[in-house]
Amino acid sequence: MLPYAMDTDLSSQDRKDLDKFIKFFALKTVQVIVQARLGEKICTRSSSSPTGSDWFNLAIKDIPEVTHEAKKALAGQLPAVGRSMCVEISLKTSEGDSMELEIWCLEMNEKCDKEIKVSYTVYNRLSLLLKSLLAITRVTPAYRLSRKQGHEYVILYRIYFGEVQLSGLGEGFQTVRVGTVGTPVGTITLSCAYRINLAFMSTRQFERTPPIMGIIIDHFVDRPYPSSSPMHPCNYRAGEDNGAVYPSVEDSQEVCTTSFSTSPPSQCVFTVTKTHFQTPPPVVTDTLKVPVMGLAFSHQLSSSRLSYQPAALGVGSADMGYPVLFAGGLNAAHPHQLLGPGKEGGVPPVPSQPAHGTQADQERMCTPLDGVHYSAATPSSSEDTETVSNSSEGKCGSPHDLLETIFIRKVGAFVNKPINQVTMANLDIPFAMFAPKNVELEDNDPMVNPPDSPETESPLQGSLHSEGSSGSSTGNTHDDFVMIDFKPAFSKDDILPMDLGTFYREFQNPPQLSSLSIDIGAQSMAEDLDSLPEKLAVHEKNVKEFDAFVETLQ
Amino acid sequence: MNCRAEVLEVSVEGRQVEEAMLAVLHTVLLHRSTGKFHYKKEGTYSIGTVGTQDVDCDFIDFAYVRVSSEELDRALRKAVGEFKDALRSSGSDGMGQISLEFYQKKKSRWPFSDECIPWELWTIKVNVVNLANEQERQICREKVGEKLCEKIINIVEVMNRHEYLPKMPTQSEVDNVFDTSLKDVQPYLYKISYQITDSLGTSVTTTMRRLIKDTLAL
Repeated sequence: MLPYAMDTDLSSQDRKDLDKFIKFFALKTVQVIVQARLGEKICTRSSSSPTGSDWFNLAIKDIPEVTHEAKKALAGQLPAVGRSMCVEISLKTSEGDSMELEIWCLEMNEKCDKEIKVSYTVYNRLSLLLKSLLAITRVTPAYRLSRKQGHEYVILYRIYFGEVQLSGLGEGFQTVRVGTVGTPVGTITLSCAYRINLAFMSTRQFERTPPIMGIIIDHFVDRPYPSSSPMHPCNYRAGEDNGAVYPSVEDSQEVCTTSFSTSPPSQCVFTVTKTHFQTPPPVVTDTLKVPVMGLAFSHQLSSSRLSYQPAALGVGSADMGYPVLFAGGLNAAHPHQLLGPGKEGGVPPVPSQPAHGTQADQERMCTPLDGVHYSAATPSSSEDTETVSNSSEGKCGSPHDLLETIFIRKVGAFVNKPINQVTMANLDIPFAMFAPKNVELEDNDPMVNPPDSPETESPLQGSLHSEGSSGSSTGNTHDDFVMIDFKPAFSKDDILPMDLGTFYREFQNPPQLSSLSIDIGAQSMAEDLDSLPEKLAVHEKNVKEFDAFVETLQ
Repeated sequence: MNCRAEVLEVSVEGRQVEEAMLAVLHTVLLHRSTGKFHYKKEGTYSIGTVGTQDVDCDFIDFAYVRVSSEELDRALRKAVGEFKDALRSSGSDGMGQISLEFYQKKKSRWPFSDECIPWELWTIKVNVVNLANEQERQICREKVGEKLCEKIINIVEVMNRHEYLPKMPTQSEVDNVFDTSLKDVQPYLYKISYQITDSLGTSVTTTMRRLIKDTLAL
């Protein structure tokens, strides 16, 4: 059958619907797979009244970064013959070894089912296929590995579009077919190829072993294939490469607002109602900054946490007790998700200048890790707000809980600590993440024992050089130094006797830098201009050094 | 009409029976439940949303996904609990089977009662083993976990064949096809029954019927 002949048999409305179904099916597939590898239990609520925002009548949250990555990989195309959408799941140890675990493939073949009703049968079968995917993702070996990820290793995902690459799975990999759905333009097949040769990495190895001495880098910029997309950690919000704010507002509107009604096939015609559909406003993605104090404080929390990471990274031997923050692209379009901090009351206002961290860090925000808050909602839409409240469950029912959850996740990389280890009092303490939550962790926490060598490098540099710094340990300078007493960062000591609160207040408003002060700079404009040529000459002389420096940043 | 029948067999330790049965039954019902139907005028209807949640097993190295519906979970737990008790009290042999049957109701004219016509039958044959020591139990945990993974794959394979499913009903017929008594999800009409095989090899049928809408009598 010639390809173009298919279109003449399918009405244009059906064709449009089908393309839309396939597109959102692909996006939801990616969400299910990545969420199943986050390392935590997923829980969504059933809702008897249709909200019109849940594709395929299933409550599957949308993690914005994952949607962004999927759309980036698809680049406006749909799976077709020879063009499959693949989600690669791999494991990376803290020493930098990595191994592909699974490849999930969404493929399309040429076998068409002309008779099938697009709007009804195809839709319902796609829904069934997603349910099967939910079931199968818990059944492959990688699920158990992902539930145990933490100090020793992390699970990463990568989405690519094109030909399936199974070579990284080792010998004797197995395949499981999740299901197929015939459509008038081809048959959609969803399958998984998974590695079974986990010889050097059995699941037992990761059960109840003490955290190994090593650095877990939270920015994964792996590029195993030259032309392929970067790997992303399953439980980090990926955003390190460009600090972009993800334009999920536009997408969320598209997903949320398409509702439809079905009818029994024997009776009325299926209609896709667009009553709720609004034309998504053009979104300028790189200026989506929400100037909310509460939000900005969250930035502050996360960015300042980032800035202290190099202290640990530089040391190289620190135990994994330090809290690893999930720096990543926050979806600024969801300010209501982060109004929690503001509501807590105990949070001081954002300082006008960041005490630490670079400007780039300021634009990064922390997204909650728990899966239930990724509803694609916009502040303006009350219907969507409902979705937020309806679709969260369990411990994630309120912004209050949300913040608590953030703290939980920060205590040790990737590992879920029980709630009782995080006290609510911590939420009010600035830089509370530096205060170790676990007594046993703080002894080895480099934050508690500030390293002797001052790390003044940009946190980005330290964290972007995942491959470099992970291996380069600068010596076990802190093995001998074992703190016995509880000593939060900046607490009483001989040099600077003050408690945390005092410290924060004092450093909240640092004095103006002298170079920025107008008073001290008695130099006139003319003098400035005069000195410019000299400065330029000096810079030109050192251009090689600067280039090398810039190289190291990339 | 022919009823599609699938049989699964598992060998488990006594304390694993409940979780293993729940895992299989929930996986089947995940695929056989939809959101609540809301009929509008002109015969169109919209469908509610089905939520899902992960369940970790305590006695098996296994996790499964179930529909987020406490009512449904309670109903299944009740059935499985009775099955487990019956197994335990039947004797040391510990063989039995639990069946999940999906059916449609066909209204008959008075004075005949409605017919229940099954269209899919899932039977899980259980063999309870007794283990001597902790090491064997640990191995059993893993082995049963792996077996259940295979069962889930089998179930998904059957579901994926897209064989007969009842036609989507009109508003007046919906109770003949779906169980509309739950407030958040709508599974196809189903009933669970079980049989215990006693040590003599004869089967002692103990049927437990679900109490909704299938006991309509004259």
